[in-house]
Amino acid sequence: MSEPLLTIKNLKVSFDTYAGEVEAVRGVSLELDSGETLAIVGESGCGKSVTAQTIMRLHSESNTRIKEGEIQLDGHDIVHADEKEMEAIRGETVGMVFQDPMTSLNPTMLVGRQVGEVIRQHERVSRKESEIRSVDILDSVRIPNAGKRAKQYPGQFSGGMRQRAMIGLSIACIPKLLIADEPTTALDVTIQAQILDLMKSIQREENMGIILITHDLGVAASIAQKVAVMYAGKIVEQGTAEVIFKKPRHPYTWGLMQSIPKCDQKKDEDLYVIQGTPPKLIDPPKGCGFAQRCQYCMRICKVQEPPETILEDGHRCSCWLLDERAPRVKPKRKGGDTVGE
Amino acid sequence: MKKYLAKRLLLSFLTLWVLITITFFMMHLLPGDPFIGEKPISDVAKEALYAKYGLDQPLPVQYIRYIGNVLQGDLGESMVYKGKAVTSMIAQAFPFSLDLGIRALVFALTGGVFLGIVAALNNGKKLDTTVMILAALGISVPSFILGAVLQYLLGICLSGWTQGMWGFRMFPISGWNTEMDKIIPSFVLGFGTLATISRLTRTSFLDVIGLDYVKTAKAKGLPKRKIVVRHMLRNAISPVLTILGPLTAALLTGAFVVENIFNIPGLGKFFVSSIQSNDYMMIAGTTLFYGTFIVLANFLVDILYVVVDPNVKLAGGKE
Amino acid sequence: MEETKELFEIVGPEDAADINSNQSESITFLQDVVRRFKKNKAGVVCLIILGLLIVGSIVCPYITGRNISDQDLANTNLGMFQNGYIFGTDNLGRDMFSRVWYGTRISLTIALAAVLIGLCIGAVYGGISGYFGGKVDSIMMRIVDIIIAIPYLLVVILLMIILRPGVGTLILAYAAVGWTEMARLVRGEIMKLKESEYVLASRVLGASPWHIIFYSLLPNTLSVIIVELTLTIPSAIFTESFLSYIGIGVQIPLASLGTLASEGIASFQMYPHRLIIPAAFLCITMLTFNLLGDALRDVLDPKLRK
Repeated sequence: MSEPLLTIKNLKVSFDTYAGEVEAVRGVSLELDSGETLAIVGESGCGKSVTAQTIMRLHSESNTRIKEGEIQLDGHDIVHADEKEMEAIRGETVGMVFQDPMTSLNPTMLVGRQVGEVIRQHERVSRKESEIRSVDILDSVRIPNAGKRAKQYPGQFSGGMRQRAMIGLSIACIPKLLIADEPTTALDVTIQAQILDLMKSIQREENMGIILITHDLGVAASIAQKVAVMYAGKIVEQGTAEVIFKKPRHPYTWGLMQSIPKCDQKKDEDLYVIQGTPPKLIDPPKGCGFAQRCQYCMRICKVQEPPETILEDGHRCSCWLLDERAPRVKPKRKGGDTVGE
Repeated sequence: MKKYLAKRLLLSFLTLWVLITITFFMMHLLPGDPFIGEKPISDVAKEALYAKYGLDQPLPVQYIRYIGNVLQGDLGESMVYKGKAVTSMIAQAFPFSLDLGIRALVFALTGGVFLGIVAALNNGKKLDTTVMILAALGISVPSFILGAVLQYLLGICLSGWTQGMWGFRMFPISGWNTEMDKIIPSFVLGFGTLATISRLTRTSFLDVIGLDYVKTAKAKGLPKRKIVVRHMLRNAISPVLTILGPLTAALLTGAFVVENIFNIPGLGKFFVSSIQSNDYMMIAGTTLFYGTFIVLANFLVDILYVVVDPNVKLAGGKE
Repeated sequence: MEETKELFEIVGPEDAADINSNQSESITFLQDVVRRFKKNKAGVVCLIILGLLIVGSIVCPYITGRNISDQDLANTNLGMFQNGYIFGTDNLGRDMFSRVWYGTRISLTIALAAVLIGLCIGAVYGGISGYFGGKVDSIMMRIVDIIIAIPYLLVVILLMIILRPGVGTLILAYAAVGWTEMARLVRGEIMKLKESEYVLASRVLGASPWHIIFYSLLPNTLSVIIVELTLTIPSAIFTESFLSYIGIGVQIPLASLGTLASEGIASFQMYPHRLIIPAAFLCITMLTFNLLGDALRDVLDPKLRK
């Protein structure tokens, strides 16, 4: 088998704040092949965005440090690459779509120029040609009347249209990996579906790898082949979408599944919530990060980190419940089994 | 956009009208009588003078007449230099002030924006701290102190030394003839403004640095230089533009002092001496001239603002 | 064996209340501000220097027992530390030490008074304008626009010419034009705040507009006001010294830092310390206020709070 497109091994990232050092990512390992979509899910602050930005080294160099680990992307050693090398990789090998299309485009630059700029940065083309190509790209991301639209400012675009332009901009040089950081969170539900659909079709055509960061399990389910669940800077469970949605093993994943409101839910029935908030990563807990909030927390969970257990089909899960000494438990309510596609 | 500019234009005219009114009433609220000077004059002579300046008319008539005169560019006669029209004195002195002002503005703008960017890009490092200390000094040292000290150190000590060593004076201490004359005054006048601009540029750059589209630009693979020039500068510069009007005003008034210290025959020097000699006609005329100049400068800045920020054009005006 | 069994016993999640309480200790806004301010070294140093300047300007003019206008014609033009004159004497034999501290007092008084009066006018004006919005707001703000468009120094000069130059006039003249920035600022803050929930709540409860302006809106704009205030004081000090320099500010026999500095400039080449001392006081005072303002902004800025 050939090398995967992206390999992350035991990545640890910290950054400095007023209060002290925050360990935002505490040992993440991932793999992704071309043409595959990986969804990273988790609540805000769990380190999913930091992980994604580290792949492109977008974080500010002054207060953020990669403490440990390796990132191999299409033969490049990201962690040790110098800035020149990174500039060549960004936009060319990997593109990124940000969460808020209202702020991720430069308000004082014509949309067409913003797209053309990527092409001109990475390929030797004339201004004229880059203009023509950027109109083509805008057209391919289904922006109607692309020729005219290219000569407008982002302020004249609607939210969905801007996100399309943003996608167009990030795929302008046909990168091998596209990272989408909550690309649909700021959009209407109907527009969300269009954007996801667009990403899927681009992926099919170009055989791109996609990392989709989201807190919306529905979005993950509709597009991803692989899912990684992150909590407190770690991946607690990962595997194929099917396995994660149908046979989750980690209590946090169970909680996530249960928190999805269901159509058949009775009106007076309370929505399920996971009590409490994630631990502060400025002073990370000794044992399992989820222990404080876990229904099935055992004494060992508070003192020792759970090892990663490898189950069938590449399904991995870090939880003491999978230890042979632990009691067998099932999710209490109609849990993971009934949720999913 | 047209609506926006029309609004600004209307406001400019209103401002001018208010200014004319203020100066008119100032002339009438003055303590004492402008014609009773050191030597007493006879009642007949006084009445003749009153008639000459129209002071025997009722106030509203005088007011209308005053506005009419001002609109025709007639700002009256100097009371100290008898027989000289205020307008011609302004025309004679202003070019010096303009020369000095433009030099100072260019120095302050280029230096201030540059230092502000450098500080913002090195946020939290030594370079940032150094620039910010310099800027804090710049806004805290009044120009008359900076001017006097530099005049002494560079104009007298250093130049005296170069004269002793090589037989030429490095910086003259006064006047406005050679290029060498112009360096220290322009620096002194521009220094405070430079500090203000660099502080503002730094703040607005720091605001922009964290924005998503700067990250987008980085994610495109653009080198830092291009990110700064193409994506950050244009967005970060609008706050600097908005204070360009007040800054021009600050430079004008700053010139009062600098021209006095360095003995430059500009309008500021005339203005201060007319204040000191109670030449009310000259004071009123110069005030009106300064006011008009500033209003005009503000209007130009408004236009510039529209050119730089396309969103103003779209929204048809901010606020 | 027994141990493992115990280790793997399910104990369940911690109490929800427990989890939430250990997440963030609750502190009031003021406590947080004080704590953050203490960490800001420059701010603390500025506050100490400022305290020294204020105490010094109250006490020091009396220490030497020589009045600021007492002339000691036997001891004119003394240098520093000569014949018991700490800062020396001027050409009339007046004690520079007393004069400089007294000048600091006058300069500080003028600046503080002018800025505080400006604050009152500006806050009320901006508060009314922002609160009522619509036509009232647009007329009131156009008036401010017009006043701001005229260089304030010109207006101050005109006022100083009409009125008799002196401390009271200086305060009045500066306050008369200095309130506009404050009015704009407060208005902007009010516009932002008035849409917020708690104002809606007090409106629903039937509070009068005045009550809402004074009890709900103004307190919340306080941090912005404090920062602006601190940064306006140096500008007022500068204006005072500038006017004194061109001769229409504080009049003899009173002394301000501005008059002292301009007297010092006249004799700078012979007696440099006569400029350097008042100039240093002037610059340090302005610098302290500027740096304090910066520090306060860092501490009070809600964007940075977390």
